[in-house]
Amino acid sequence: MRYLDEYRDGAAAQKMLRQIERVATRPWTIMEVCGSQTHAILKYGIDELLPPQITLIHGPGCPVCVTPVETVDQALVIASRDDVIFTSYGDMLRVPGSSKDLLSVKAEGGDVRMVYSPMDALKVARDNPGKRVVFFAIGFETTAPANAMAVVAAEREGLANFLMLTSHVLIPPAIQAIASSPENRVQGFLAPGHVCTVTGYAQYEPLAKKYRLPIVVTGFEPLDILHAIHMLVSQLEAGRHEVENQYSRSVTREGNRQAQALIDEVFEVADQRWRGIGVIPCSGLRLKGRYTKYDAARVFALEETASREASVCIAGLVLQGVRKPPECPAFGKECTPEHALGAPMVSSEGACAAYYLYARRAGTAR
Amino acid sequence: MTIFPECPIPLTEYPRVLLAHGGGGRLTQSLIEKMLEPSFDNPYLAPLHDGALISLDGTRLALSTDSYVVHPPFFPGGDIGRLAVFGTANDLAMCGARPLFLSCGLILEEGLPMDDLWRIVLSMKEAADEAGVQIVTGDSKVVERGKGDGVFINTSGVGAVLPGADIAPERVRPGDEIVLSGPLGLHGIAIMAMREGLSLEAEVRSDSAPVFPLVEALAQAGIEIHMLRDPTRGGLSSALNEIAKKSGAGIVIDEERLPVSPEVQGVCEMLGLDPLYVANEGNFVALVAEGQGKKAAELLRRFPLGSEAVLIGRVVDTHPGTVVMRTRIRGERIVDVMSGEQLPRIC
Amino acid sequence: MCLGIPGEVISIEENGEQMRRAKVRFGGITRDVYLDLVPEAQVGDYVIVHVGFAISKVNAEEAERVFELLSQLEGDDALPG
Repeated sequence: MRYLDEYRDGAAAQKMLRQIERVATRPWTIMEVCGSQTHAILKYGIDELLPPQITLIHGPGCPVCVTPVETVDQALVIASRDDVIFTSYGDMLRVPGSSKDLLSVKAEGGDVRMVYSPMDALKVARDNPGKRVVFFAIGFETTAPANAMAVVAAEREGLANFLMLTSHVLIPPAIQAIASSPENRVQGFLAPGHVCTVTGYAQYEPLAKKYRLPIVVTGFEPLDILHAIHMLVSQLEAGRHEVENQYSRSVTREGNRQAQALIDEVFEVADQRWRGIGVIPCSGLRLKGRYTKYDAARVFALEETASREASVCIAGLVLQGVRKPPECPAFGKECTPEHALGAPMVSSEGACAAYYLYARRAGTAR
Repeated sequence: MTIFPECPIPLTEYPRVLLAHGGGGRLTQSLIEKMLEPSFDNPYLAPLHDGALISLDGTRLALSTDSYVVHPPFFPGGDIGRLAVFGTANDLAMCGARPLFLSCGLILEEGLPMDDLWRIVLSMKEAADEAGVQIVTGDSKVVERGKGDGVFINTSGVGAVLPGADIAPERVRPGDEIVLSGPLGLHGIAIMAMREGLSLEAEVRSDSAPVFPLVEALAQAGIEIHMLRDPTRGGLSSALNEIAKKSGAGIVIDEERLPVSPEVQGVCEMLGLDPLYVANEGNFVALVAEGQGKKAAELLRRFPLGSEAVLIGRVVDTHPGTVVMRTRIRGERIVDVMSGEQLPRIC
Repeated sequence: MCLGIPGEVISIEENGEQMRRAKVRFGGITRDVYLDLVPEAQVGDYVIVHVGFAISKVNAEEAERVFELLSQLEGDDALPG
């Protein structure tokens, strides 16, 4: 496939690795914020190919991992209702709430359906006028315009039975939270290319300046990631801290204006709870104005349930790059991909799941 | 009063059966290992192969059973009837046996169009002729509307083990070469594309087909086959992981060599799936003695069904019980067993 | 996060609907995609698609950058290959 296969070329990747080896004279710790990049790094074995002085930390950029357990619990309550068809992206179906996940609700008879686009959920609402169709709108800035589009389309059509349970998070406040932490070990960030496709990267410039950390907007194929690491290490070695754009085939500084206008039309910035991390100010989006009537949490008047995270789970510290998964007392014991206590062990891009696999290889996990 | 022993699947974890328990991944394994195997415990079951090997008066037979619940029942490249015949015939072939006799159990839902049933029966007849088996006994039951999914089929089969065939996990040893007889993911993607209404410009057809002739050709050419497996549910990853686990061997495969069609790649990229975990119904992996892999692949390529046969890896004496893949960019990654069903991702 | 893949726009539906749809080809398959966020996309363009929406047009000149950089770097690469 064009624009994919050429960025997976073994010879080009090996050349780029040699360039990284040449430029890296000291140890550097880099965080890839985005879960899809974590996925690619693991899938291609990139972290094992890098020279030993480069350490990659997997960041909190997996919307599945950071959706708060309170919201997952709300989803479980709504999905269990007889008058509801609950629609969700596949990723969220296995994420544990306080006691179970959406797949369990489905097994108990709840009408839970997997969709690939919010427009699919809209179609389910059109086809089932007698039911309330709730769409689990999770995601970062990338997914927000599509979810906004669904609400705008529902409004235009007068679809009263379409609702959204939203858990929308924003990347720059998360980077700020990590960079400003006294325990921060991250010396440079690979920023998420598809988020920046929508938002542009101007808002990352003040962060780079304030915290004196270089940031490189990065694509998703192995060669993109290696190229971005090369750019980032070159900056670090030269003592620079700028925002650079590796993913220029998709990202511009100003981003996608249409998409931004649509987000502004439907959503407003709000404080947002991140699973395992806590509330980060102004780090989320919620439906605003006339669109609040599509807010499932409001319509079903859900109380903040007394949600419980597994007490031993240190997912929050892991997501911020402060602790490594093996430092968790439950890692590989009570907490495994089949029976996860925290989201990073469930998600295919979760840091804990990734470490679990490597630990198995090293023969340390049971 | 009967006292039942405690359920071996911890209720705290799974009070109810999930779809993932049937996904061919880790939960399926736990169901077999914790509940079924210990309950039925006997030496024939112990190898947990695709079928059981039994000897009667010196004749070596293979016995296998499988149920088919695919939805939709008709799909590009086949239907539930064809699948039910070839699936069990192929399980017998994986024991090194020529499939001979099948039973057929039909569970029909009230309201199933008679015409659909007729199509399925004709298709089973055609498939049986193609696979060289006879359907010699059967049963049918009808359940109330809403209690089934149109039609479920169970087939059980008996086959005669080829003379000299000795196919078992214990025979796997370092140096063995791993041959894959055909491209990955066609069946799973054909079903998914139909289920999800993906409009495909080149139709992806299920690879549903009988593989015994290919196994027989290898045996007749004197290829020393140590192990066979058809990568159905859970895909190539599950098949190789099962072999690695039961034999204690380490396995290395090469990503660049894996045959994946542009259609399968397109769907997998779009939905964030990995072809390694997608189901197949007309290919198999053969672990053959060191130095025979290339010849085995060449032999298979003479068959239309084996035209993309390729040597994909080998058995090593490092990392026992684990499957490792050399990636396209020359890195290494563990190919793990899925925890449950592979779900499409947006992330 | 945010799985997005590049595909080629092969036809655009102009049906006077509020929403603009296109057929986009990914490898061996095509899929309906909404173009509302990338109204400038034309037939023959490559777009990045996420959850059924095109979110950007692939810039063909920029796509070459990494390969140009590599050939430059290789040019002054004194390391043994």
